[in-house]
Amino acid sequence: MELIVAKYNYWIYVVLMMVGFYAMIGKRNLVKKLIGMNIFQTAIILLFISAGVKHGSKIPIVDKYEALEKGVDVASIVNPLPHVLMLTAIVVGIAVTGVALAILLRIYREYGTLEEDEILEKLGK
Amino acid sequence: MSVSNLHMYVMSAPLLTAFFVNLFGRKSPAVVAVLTLGSLAFSSLASLAVMGNVMVHGRISYVAGNWAAPYGIELVVDHLSAVMLILISVVALLASVSALKSVGQELPGREYQFFALYLILIAGLMGLVLTGDAFNLYVMLEITSITSYGLIAMGKGRAPLASFNYVIMGSVGACFYLLGVAYLYLMTGTLNMADMAQILPTIGGGAAVATALGFILVGLWVKMAFFPLHGWLPNAYSLAPTGAGLIAAPLVTKVTVYLMVRLMFWVFSSDYLFFTHPMVQSGIVWAATAGIICASALALAQRDLKRMLTYIIVAEVGYMVGGVWLANKTGLTGAVLHIVNDALMTLCLFLAVAAIVYKLGSGEFDKLQGIYRKMPITMAAFTVGAFSMIGVPPTAGFFSKWYLILGGIEAGHWEYVIALLFSSLVNAVLFFRIIEIGYFYKDEHDHGHEQRDEAPVLMQAPLVVCAVALIVIGLGSGPLVESIIKLALPAGF
Repeated sequence: MELIVAKYNYWIYVVLMMVGFYAMIGKRNLVKKLIGMNIFQTAIILLFISAGVKHGSKIPIVDKYEALEKGVDVASIVNPLPHVLMLTAIVVGIAVTGVALAILLRIYREYGTLEEDEILEKLGK
Repeated sequence: MSVSNLHMYVMSAPLLTAFFVNLFGRKSPAVVAVLTLGSLAFSSLASLAVMGNVMVHGRISYVAGNWAAPYGIELVVDHLSAVMLILISVVALLASVSALKSVGQELPGREYQFFALYLILIAGLMGLVLTGDAFNLYVMLEITSITSYGLIAMGKGRAPLASFNYVIMGSVGACFYLLGVAYLYLMTGTLNMADMAQILPTIGGGAAVATALGFILVGLWVKMAFFPLHGWLPNAYSLAPTGAGLIAAPLVTKVTVYLMVRLMFWVFSSDYLFFTHPMVQSGIVWAATAGIICASALALAQRDLKRMLTYIIVAEVGYMVGGVWLANKTGLTGAVLHIVNDALMTLCLFLAVAAIVYKLGSGEFDKLQGIYRKMPITMAAFTVGAFSMIGVPPTAGFFSKWYLILGGIEAGHWEYVIALLFSSLVNAVLFFRIIEIGYFYKDEHDHGHEQRDEAPVLMQAPLVVCAVALIVIGLGSGPLVESIIKLALPAGF
């Protein structure tokens, strides 16, 4: 129990990831699969962001002259690198989602449905 | 342009040209052709110069934006990445000559869209082999994937559906890779690969490092279509426009195998990989064995040339993964040499298929009757590619397979050796079946008077160059291994 409470951010990431994974594998609707993929990506973003957090720390914006004079106490600011990385990952995620939605549009125009079973039925005919 | 940043130009040329293709190529396909071929010819020449520089100076590093190495993003070229850089630019150049014709026929008026994506895909692949930063690698991986999704979805009929499956599978692969990098970053506090390699031995092989390795490997296996994670590949590559198959089939899976080698030996160490968990090493060789046998058997069941080749690609991925994980120098030499050879022989076969599809409309076996009389030059080159795939000396395919078999014997993995021989046998059956249909069967409708009806010269020229290259590389594989591949292997292995 203590393990779950102390590391609750990691547990949330694991649960979110499984939810996304289930949607991708288990759901038969193509849009739901895509949403599952988004949840999956969000889980990883959460993992990175929560890894940068430090208790009682401030945002990583420091006064240049003060920092040059006294140096920076690393423990007092949040690690900004994961945030920067995740900005990039969010952009990548949006690009993939955009392409996937465009492809879904073409599938819908072709088959008139986004249910995988119905599409396979139409292909079988 | 200087020694330290020449490799940046190799990668930037197709990337920047992609935007010009999109801007100025709308009116006339000729502009698209000139820009595409021009930029790729530049990249090919520059990559040869990069190889020359690397032979003289060794590892060359360029730091983007002048942020010093462990903090900024480093773009590194060493012997292995120089080989890959040449391979990518030359294969892309040859493929694009043929693709220009094929796309002109299949997607008339949309050349500028196709080739804009095509060039960004090539720039992404070059970025993959150059980057020295684990997170930058993820971004490049997604650049190549997103452009491939687009290219594949441009096909007819079921292609968008195949592309959507690829989006889902590809994203799972990329996310797994990113997750592995997250664990490595949490453990080491750095994203620079060279820096990670120095820190990892000091923190020991805990569960977190093992998890990171597991996620990275599975992620890359999805991307390279390692059996049984290959589900997306056959549909995606066979339903894509022929021009997209020309570039994706020879390069994407092979570059991903390169990434596996790069991350295994330049981030993790061979001691960690092969001795900390010996069961894992032999388990992966067994998985590769199963992959080779199953994919070869599935190839036998296909009745279409393109689909048959896609299953052969899956089997070939098994060769390379198995070769890398044999954990000896001979196997790794074979795997690296096979990356080069397999890219060229896959290109040769796909160029031949592109020429056949251009003339016949599809590659179904029934349509291939009498094809040797109709298209003698195309089929001669196809036969060279097929012999290389089977592993007949003196074609290139024989020599890398020879190294892989020797490596398998050295490591005592007889099951892998048997799988290689079985796969060669299946390839022989597959290709002789096509030769039989094409050479001996006659079309019922005419009586041996088939007219010669060859594909355009622009589609034959790269095909013939590629077939000759297979034989030349095969004959020169001794010096090639001694002077270049040996230097490209990880130090102390």
